[in-house]
Amino acid sequence: MITFEHLQKTYPARGTGAPVQALADIDLTVERGEIYGIIGRSGAGKSTLLRTVNLLEKPTSGRVLVDGVDMTSLSARELREARHSIGMIFQHFNLLSSRTVFDNVALPLELAGVGKAKIREAVEPLLDLVGLTDKRDRYPAELSGGQKQRVGIARALASKPKVLLSDEATSALDPETTTQILHLLADINRRLGLTIVLITHEIAVIKEICHKVAVMEGGRIIEQGPVFDVFAHPKHPTTHTFVDPVINRGIPDALRGRLSATEVPGSNMVLRITFTGERATSPVISAISRKLNLDLNIWHGQIDEIQGAPFGTLVVEAIGNPQSIEAAISLLKVNKLGVEVLGYAVPGNLRAAV
Amino acid sequence: MLSPEIYALLFKALLDTLQMVAVSGLLGTALGLPIGVLLAVTGRGELLQNLTFNRVVGAVVNMTRSTPFIILVVAIIPFTRLVAGTSIGTTAAIVPLTVAAVPFIARIVEGAVREVDRGLIEAAQAMGATPFQIIVKVLLPEAMPAIALGLTLSVVSLIGYSAMVGAVGGGGLGDLGIRYGYQRFLPEVMLAVVVVLIVLVQIVQSTGDWIARRVNKRNLKS
Repeated sequence: MITFEHLQKTYPARGTGAPVQALADIDLTVERGEIYGIIGRSGAGKSTLLRTVNLLEKPTSGRVLVDGVDMTSLSARELREARHSIGMIFQHFNLLSSRTVFDNVALPLELAGVGKAKIREAVEPLLDLVGLTDKRDRYPAELSGGQKQRVGIARALASKPKVLLSDEATSALDPETTTQILHLLADINRRLGLTIVLITHEIAVIKEICHKVAVMEGGRIIEQGPVFDVFAHPKHPTTHTFVDPVINRGIPDALRGRLSATEVPGSNMVLRITFTGERATSPVISAISRKLNLDLNIWHGQIDEIQGAPFGTLVVEAIGNPQSIEAAISLLKVNKLGVEVLGYAVPGNLRAAV
Repeated sequence: MLSPEIYALLFKALLDTLQMVAVSGLLGTALGLPIGVLLAVTGRGELLQNLTFNRVVGAVVNMTRSTPFIILVVAIIPFTRLVAGTSIGTTAAIVPLTVAAVPFIARIVEGAVREVDRGLIEAAQAMGATPFQIIVKVLLPEAMPAIALGLTLSVVSLIGYSAMVGAVGGGGLGDLGIRYGYQRFLPEVMLAVVVVLIVLVQIVQSTGDWIARRVNKRNLKS
């Protein structure tokens, strides 16, 4: 649906400063009907990238294809036409304060020259869809943040777009409202089959509704793929900093103090086992414990859900003879579970010596 | 107290003032509003950036605005005669009043339009709006509260200026005050003129404030 090809954007030097490269050779494909999340810190280039889709930002080189049409090749008139099929919602809603809810939603249709009767036909179901029928004659100043964003969403859908661009649409909202708005977007994606590209700095947003994710840093995409894969096996350090807090890969500080990087006499090996997909529900751990006569002392654990699939981590101290532990590790691997040696648990009476 | 003749003069002068202010205000808005919008949208980084146009028009506006009104009145007498057929009288006074009002209103409108949130322009562009549509459907409606207050200010200024054109035979309240109150030593006429002007300005300001409140939908309480 959307393809970025070797996309670059460089802002010319200002004054004595050097030119700023906002986007460096971006290649990315968003499939039809997907919710694609782009995450990055501020200044990573995600906002610039999103704005190249409807050419609010003109790329320096490279192409952006939306539904097969090269946006960069269009004339001003063709571009305005193409923009009718790309909806956009914003962090600060960008509603017209002088227009009622109804008239705000009607604006894109008015701009396209649609008649009054047709506008009413189109706007009323949209207000119903976002649950604001009773607010149709209110002004934005009379609405809460969540309601304003609902108006923004209805407005973006008014011209029946193929693509919806979301520019930090939930960043100005409280957590509860954020969840509601995200569910609304997911619902619209399912019901209308609308392709959604969203940018955010909140990993929770990605986890909540995105199918795929791209992580951006310094104008580049440093990691991309299905959300589950990226969360389960983050590769780049920046991805780790985003993903680790939500899936709690760390271990509590109190336990960390008992961990030594090298083996000391009397210490036990500490393993981190990661479960992905349906494996999480298999009773592998207790089976291993029984079979190998191994005590697995659970330090820390968490099971989470990403895109409807369970994902868990378990930190265990393996108490038993080294052969059994070796056998346990290979058995876990055979069962396609992730195993990682975190270190060695130092017994309490020896801790001062380490 | 004032004689009936003076009352009649006062009434006539009030009508003259109202006529001068109303006509120059309307003409000033009709010309100043589009110029103000153009100044706003042709600035650096704006919707229709055109720096040459912006600088030239800006310079002309500044020249007119920095000329003291009384000097402007005298300086453009040939132009006034060309437009109005005469350089004295109430109709003639409308010409310099309009010439002063246009750049004043243009700058006020420019400021009001520049204050509109850039995010709204971006949103309209994302919807495929033409620059003209953005001006008419977004910038002007959103700037309307500030424009309404600015036009009120302009009308109040015009009332003040209209008193000055009395000095060059323009008629109106200022003229009455100078000829009767000052030159004929009738302080009660001067006082009456000042009171009428105060009331007039008060009415204009209150009406303008009311309109600005009506068009401002930003501070509604839910």
